[in-house]
Amino acid sequence: MIGALLDRNPRIANWIYGFTPPERGVVVLVHRRVYIVPARLGWLFGATLVILLIGSINYALSLGFALTFLLAGMGLAGMVHTARNLARLAVSAGRAEPVFAGESAQFRLHLDGRAAFDRPAILARHVRSGAQLVVDVPASGDAEVVLAVPARSRGWLPLGRVMLETRFPLGLFRSWSYVEPDARCLVYPRPERAPLPPSSAEAAAGAQRSPVPGNDDFSGLRAYQRSDSPKHVAWKAVARSDSHYTRSDGMLTKQFTGEAGAELWLDWRLLPPGMAVEGRLSRLAGWVLAAERGGANYGLRLPGVEIAPGRGESHRGACLQALALYDLPATAEGAA
Amino acid sequence: MTASPHPLAPELRLVSMRDLVWLVGSLLLVIAPHALRAPWWLPLLTLCLFAWRFQYALTRAPLPSRWLVLGVALVGMLGVWLEYRTLFGRQPGIVLLTLFAGLKLLETRSHRDAALAAFLGYFLIITNFLYTQSIPTAALMGVALFALTTTLIGFSAPQRAPRANARTAALLLAHAAPAALVLFLLFPRVQGPLWGLPQDAYTGMTGLSETMSPGNLSSLAQSDAIAFRAEFESDLPPPALRYWRGPVLWDFDGRTWSIGPGSLVNFAPPRGGRATYRYAVVLEPHNRHWLFALETAATVPERARMRFDGQLIALQPVRARMRYEMTSVVSPEPDAEAVSALRRALRLPRDYNPRATALAEQWRAQSSGDEDLLLRAIDFLKAGGYTYTLEPPLLGAHSVDEFLFSTKAGFCEHFASAFAFLMRAAGLPARVVTGYQGGELNPIDRVFTVRQSEAHAWTEVYLRNRGWVRVDPTGVAVPGRIESGLARAVPVGDPLPLLMQSRLEWLRGARYQWEALVHKWNLLVLGYNPERQRDLMSYVGMRDADWRTLTAALFSVLGVLTLVLLAWSLNRLVRPDPVQRAWAAFTRKLAARGVARAPHEGPRDYATRAARALPGAGWPILRIGALYIHLRYGRRNGGRGVAQLRRRVRELRLA
Repeated sequence: MIGALLDRNPRIANWIYGFTPPERGVVVLVHRRVYIVPARLGWLFGATLVILLIGSINYALSLGFALTFLLAGMGLAGMVHTARNLARLAVSAGRAEPVFAGESAQFRLHLDGRAAFDRPAILARHVRSGAQLVVDVPASGDAEVVLAVPARSRGWLPLGRVMLETRFPLGLFRSWSYVEPDARCLVYPRPERAPLPPSSAEAAAGAQRSPVPGNDDFSGLRAYQRSDSPKHVAWKAVARSDSHYTRSDGMLTKQFTGEAGAELWLDWRLLPPGMAVEGRLSRLAGWVLAAERGGANYGLRLPGVEIAPGRGESHRGACLQALALYDLPATAEGAA
Repeated sequence: MTASPHPLAPELRLVSMRDLVWLVGSLLLVIAPHALRAPWWLPLLTLCLFAWRFQYALTRAPLPSRWLVLGVALVGMLGVWLEYRTLFGRQPGIVLLTLFAGLKLLETRSHRDAALAAFLGYFLIITNFLYTQSIPTAALMGVALFALTTTLIGFSAPQRAPRANARTAALLLAHAAPAALVLFLLFPRVQGPLWGLPQDAYTGMTGLSETMSPGNLSSLAQSDAIAFRAEFESDLPPPALRYWRGPVLWDFDGRTWSIGPGSLVNFAPPRGGRATYRYAVVLEPHNRHWLFALETAATVPERARMRFDGQLIALQPVRARMRYEMTSVVSPEPDAEAVSALRRALRLPRDYNPRATALAEQWRAQSSGDEDLLLRAIDFLKAGGYTYTLEPPLLGAHSVDEFLFSTKAGFCEHFASAFAFLMRAAGLPARVVTGYQGGELNPIDRVFTVRQSEAHAWTEVYLRNRGWVRVDPTGVAVPGRIESGLARAVPVGDPLPLLMQSRLEWLRGARYQWEALVHKWNLLVLGYNPERQRDLMSYVGMRDADWRTLTAALFSVLGVLTLVLLAWSLNRLVRPDPVQRAWAAFTRKLAARGVARAPHEGPRDYATRAARALPGAGWPILRIGALYIHLRYGRRNGGRGVAQLRRRVRELRLA
């Protein structure tokens, strides 16, 4: 009930949880953020202790007292240990690869134990979707959790609040903490399978003459550009250079020529006029995929956006990103 | 919120084979001592239930239905009822609990059920203490506690190695120990019981009884169990004076002597006496009222009274080990005895033991006075050729006659009974006193131990000017019994209690050590009761500490302990990397000179920028940067690089 209430009032939640999302960089679960309450088993354990105590008093059992008190002390120590299992855990979010709407975004959470002891059985649970995973963080080591969060609609999908919970070692107490790392995943529109539009005739004619950059035959080196695939970087040339800290401007990219394909414009205006925006974007996304598969040179035209024809992984990504973010309010720039 | 199942919720996590093995193993540890006390079918049935559960785990079959489990429970309850004719009481209750532990396993699917079974295991530990709280039991139960805790931790961390879980259990118990000690000492103790205990709560305690008939002392004498211990302030009484007075038996029905009714008197300390002994007695529980003291008691312990015949009576039955201070004197001046008591000390049943009666009457006719009569009787016993045995022959209706004239072999109860009978028949008031004679000094801790095997019976005879005089007919007939103890007095070949056997001499040293330890254990651990708690509190300066003071003290100490534990655990967390720490010192130094590191800045860029900004120290700054990068991102360079980095940061001078 309280959880639902807090979900509806994020400001109260932020005040209570002691942080304002999203949190950049490495989040350390300081003590103030680790909560602990007895679990249901804890109450049953308490009841057992009461029975043991009454029995010890009634039968004047010194060792009964000793047992009862040892167990009580163990419960107390267990409480500290349960809180300790989360305390000062360092959480950071890794990069989430873009996905299509309808798939699951794979958010990586990096849990750094930062302790001489191991931290077993930590549950990471994505609050909004319920995606969850139990992980053991080894002593002075780290662990990674991948939370599969369903991506329903295109655009940036922020990770949102993640609960970390543990009941180790005795299961008598439940300790938890919330984090909301600054992580987001780009969600492309859901691609619609549709036949490609016909390529324009003049583009087809032009394709015959000039070599079109492709993937097939090595044709030479050129300066590295940020959008180039790492597969095409001339690593041997990099290794030969003396500087250990190579700047990107010193790197070279291998150039290939592909088979001359038709030049294809995937144009917003080719779609039926009555079609809804999301439907158009889905269709266009499907075209981008089909064009990439077909080995064509394709460009993308949206109202206010034009991407020159090209091919390859990064070109495809740029097109899909344009579709994903089309007509969405710009969000705060973060590490994408 | 979506309602996906919670992976840490114990009710949703299924018990694995490993969990089951640990759970059953630790439960077996707890139940094992009960198997020796319970009816034979209980361990069998429990083992069957465990094996049955394992079969389900191996075949992965669904667990038996509730009805089947209920049926087994009913069969078990029927068995208990057939055995004990009741379902309540200590022993039946424990048998039922043991069965329920097996049945609980049969319906254990999830970790929640398994954890409840472990809690039941914790509870079963305490049932062992109802029978014995000895050091071995405590040790075994400590192991069981450890195993149960490891099991419980295994439920929370199923992926973890059992060895790691065991280490965690040890750590938890070690962390619990200080809190447990504080609770043990400061938790306000209440004198139990809170309500009536079951009828059989105190069975199984050995000791003397209200009656004495042929055979019951000799069976007690086969027991090595300790009756009580005494710590003397200075010297021990010589062996001939080591008579520990217990129940005084007045009434004889031809076979059995019994205490009979008697009134408590206002105690008046005896006058005179040859020697005084001060000592403390630690009496083992025997579930009776009487206390033991060296003859003749000159004080009465707290919460005890004295009967008219000099027997110490506690106001409550002694159901827990009890410690009391005593003073005794030897041969004080006699007190006059009431006429009614003397008349009672002459009473005999009619038509029993005609030969003994005739003999006594003959003595009376021949002797000049009471003392002369007594001497004749003593001479008769000395010359009679009686033997002392732990296995006396069975006697018929005229037990005294048979013993005196035909079997001529008996244990102290036979001698005492026969002698008191003879005296009464001769018109001299006599009574039988039971108690212990002897004892053994432990050279390790100077504690004097008296065992059940030293149970003894003697007589007291009333002489007009000397009052009640102790006459030990056993000592008269078999003098070795009093001077050198039971072992020398019985003929070779008679069975003896194990510890009295002389060929086990080598065991003695170890035994003395052990018993000294046990005595400490009894006093310090088991004997810690409300009075001891009060003593302790006044020792630390809290006079008249009531439960409020205790609770306040308890919670403050517990709070401090928890904080210490918390600080410890956090301290274990803050283990900053030494490289990181040196780097932080470096950035602080540079920041003080106005070159703070920007959050996005890597070490190389930062060092380069700082070297440019502070050209005076440019080279050392760059070297520190390079070394840091090497230590942090290169292959590990061991401790030397770290020390070097630290030294360089320390020696960095920024002009």
